[in-house]
Amino acid sequence: METLEFRFDSKPASHAADPALCGVVGSGNLEILVKPGIEPGACAICIKTSARGFGETWQAVLGSFAASHAAGGTLIAINDMGATPAVVTLRLAQALAEYQGGAQ
Amino acid sequence: MNAPLPRDWDTLRQSRTRRLERAASLGFGKEIPVDRIIDLLEAVIQPGDRVCLEGNNQKQADFLSESLADCSPERINHLSMVQSVLALPSHVDLFERGLANRLDFSFSGPQGARLAKLVQEQRIEIGAIHTYLELFGRYFLDLTPNVALIAAQAADAEGNLYLGPNTEDTPAIVEATAFKGGIVIAQVNERLEKLPRVDVPADWVDFTVLAPKANYIEPLFTRDPAQITEVQVLMAMMAIKGIYAEYGVTRLNHGIGFDTAAIELLLPTYAADLGLKGKICTHWALNPHPTLIPAIESGFVESVHCFGSEVGMDAYISARSDVFFTGADGSMRSNRAFSQTAGLYACDMFIGSTLQMDMAGNSSTATLGRITGFGGAPNMGSDPHGRRHASPAWLKAGREAYGQNAIRGRKLVVQMVETFREHMAPVFVEELDAWKLQKSMGAELPPIMIYGDDVSHIVTEEGIANLLLCRTPEEREQAIRGVAGFTPVGMARDKAMVENLRDRGIVRRPEDLGIDPRLATRDLLAARSVKDLVRWSGGLYAPPSRFRNW
Repeated sequence: METLEFRFDSKPASHAADPALCGVVGSGNLEILVKPGIEPGACAICIKTSARGFGETWQAVLGSFAASHAAGGTLIAINDMGATPAVVTLRLAQALAEYQGGAQ
Repeated sequence: MNAPLPRDWDTLRQSRTRRLERAASLGFGKEIPVDRIIDLLEAVIQPGDRVCLEGNNQKQADFLSESLADCSPERINHLSMVQSVLALPSHVDLFERGLANRLDFSFSGPQGARLAKLVQEQRIEIGAIHTYLELFGRYFLDLTPNVALIAAQAADAEGNLYLGPNTEDTPAIVEATAFKGGIVIAQVNERLEKLPRVDVPADWVDFTVLAPKANYIEPLFTRDPAQITEVQVLMAMMAIKGIYAEYGVTRLNHGIGFDTAAIELLLPTYAADLGLKGKICTHWALNPHPTLIPAIESGFVESVHCFGSEVGMDAYISARSDVFFTGADGSMRSNRAFSQTAGLYACDMFIGSTLQMDMAGNSSTATLGRITGFGGAPNMGSDPHGRRHASPAWLKAGREAYGQNAIRGRKLVVQMVETFREHMAPVFVEELDAWKLQKSMGAELPPIMIYGDDVSHIVTEEGIANLLLCRTPEEREQAIRGVAGFTPVGMARDKAMVENLRDRGIVRRPEDLGIDPRLATRDLLAARSVKDLVRWSGGLYAPPSRFRNW
């Protein structure tokens, strides 16, 4: 297991609803929890992953997500079992859309 | 004036007569007893012959292949094999046991590693790796077989053959051989007094043998919907909305991967919701993919012509004769040569997958230490410059590629890949393994499956790159990097240039296409298991046991 923590600037999320949970912790998959954070203009992310040594890839994937989505004011917790960047990106988009409760 | 040189003009016919006389002198009639097949092969095949051993990725003349491999290399040697596929262990045994030493073929799937080893040991000389159509073409020019060993479903007493749904390559092979002084030997699964229909007339066939067991057929085109991932669903949504709908693609071919299986299973749901029924995917050159059943049952599909059949689909096909090509007896007639021709010239789109793609868009499924070949993908996945008839999709693509005053259209050739394969192996690379393979094999060209200049679109989980709209090699490269995700070549993109390409609609993200990521779940698949497919078919689809988990 490896634990990684990141913080990215991001436009404020449009709507803070209840926490949203997306995905499952299974091989090649991951679970994402989105809940309200502290800073409106930033997204804080904590990852627990079974695959060690991919810190740079996580940084790139999450940085790209925070730049292309309005995810400010959120705290995102991820439990990962070796998901590919494709799965991570899709799950993040799904979890954020769920958190915003229908707002696109 | 010079006197013409004296020569015999019927040496092929004379050779054929001598071979048949040798067989007759051993007491052989048209029907060969199974335990004497080796005697027959040794009587009619001569050293140095060009021999076609029928087999493709579906039907295999496996009994004749094993029998030929068991012949004496003292009697039969220096054979030059011309065959679609090198798939069975006995195909490679021919070379290891010294019966054959030269090979012209198309595809070598499971025997790719053994073949590479034989080439490195210089025990086999490869003439060329072809596409199916090229090889069939050469059967009628410079690679005409002296002897063809084929597989049929049934023979009658005269030697007429019924090929069953897996007609596949047989017509092309038999026609080339029988009309150029060659010998045709067929293994059959059964002898019947009256055939359901005659696919090959008896006077094109010299000998038949009842094989000890039915010829092997590989269920190569069955994709279990249970294994389709949500990322594949997302990519299928992008392809349908961003390519199928925008070009109005009605005539097409799909590859055999899970990516395109996902598209097939999204037609009755996502595509129907977009109002695309009747507007896309009506006419297909495609094997009878079980994952197409829901689209057929939903009324999306008008016609499907097949290269071969698929295990378990026969009853369903027979019951859907408006859609599939079937004989008066009710069973399907496939034909690889004609379906490949349809894929090359009559389809507006090919969409398939690959293992590697470089920054020029060249793609390859070759990996080090394996010679795999191409099969039909390069025919389908190329823009045929010989095409002259127009269609809306072809014209739109042509205008995008060549401008508003284009005097030709353009086939859509779409590569659909996730940016990483299993074990985080990147699909997008600076240099294809094909180049290293070329060096290690001493080949004249790297084994590139689809050339970059034929590719029109690339679909990944990150988005769609439209290469038709790129105007410079630099734009093409950045468009490819722009959908290469978090692979090293994707991370090395020029971000400003990719954003510029995005502004021009050359690179499009799911959000640019108005795709809600929350819909990208397996719930969107019309069938989520093989059992669902059986249900859609009204119980007519009978999947092979390895796909039954209930």
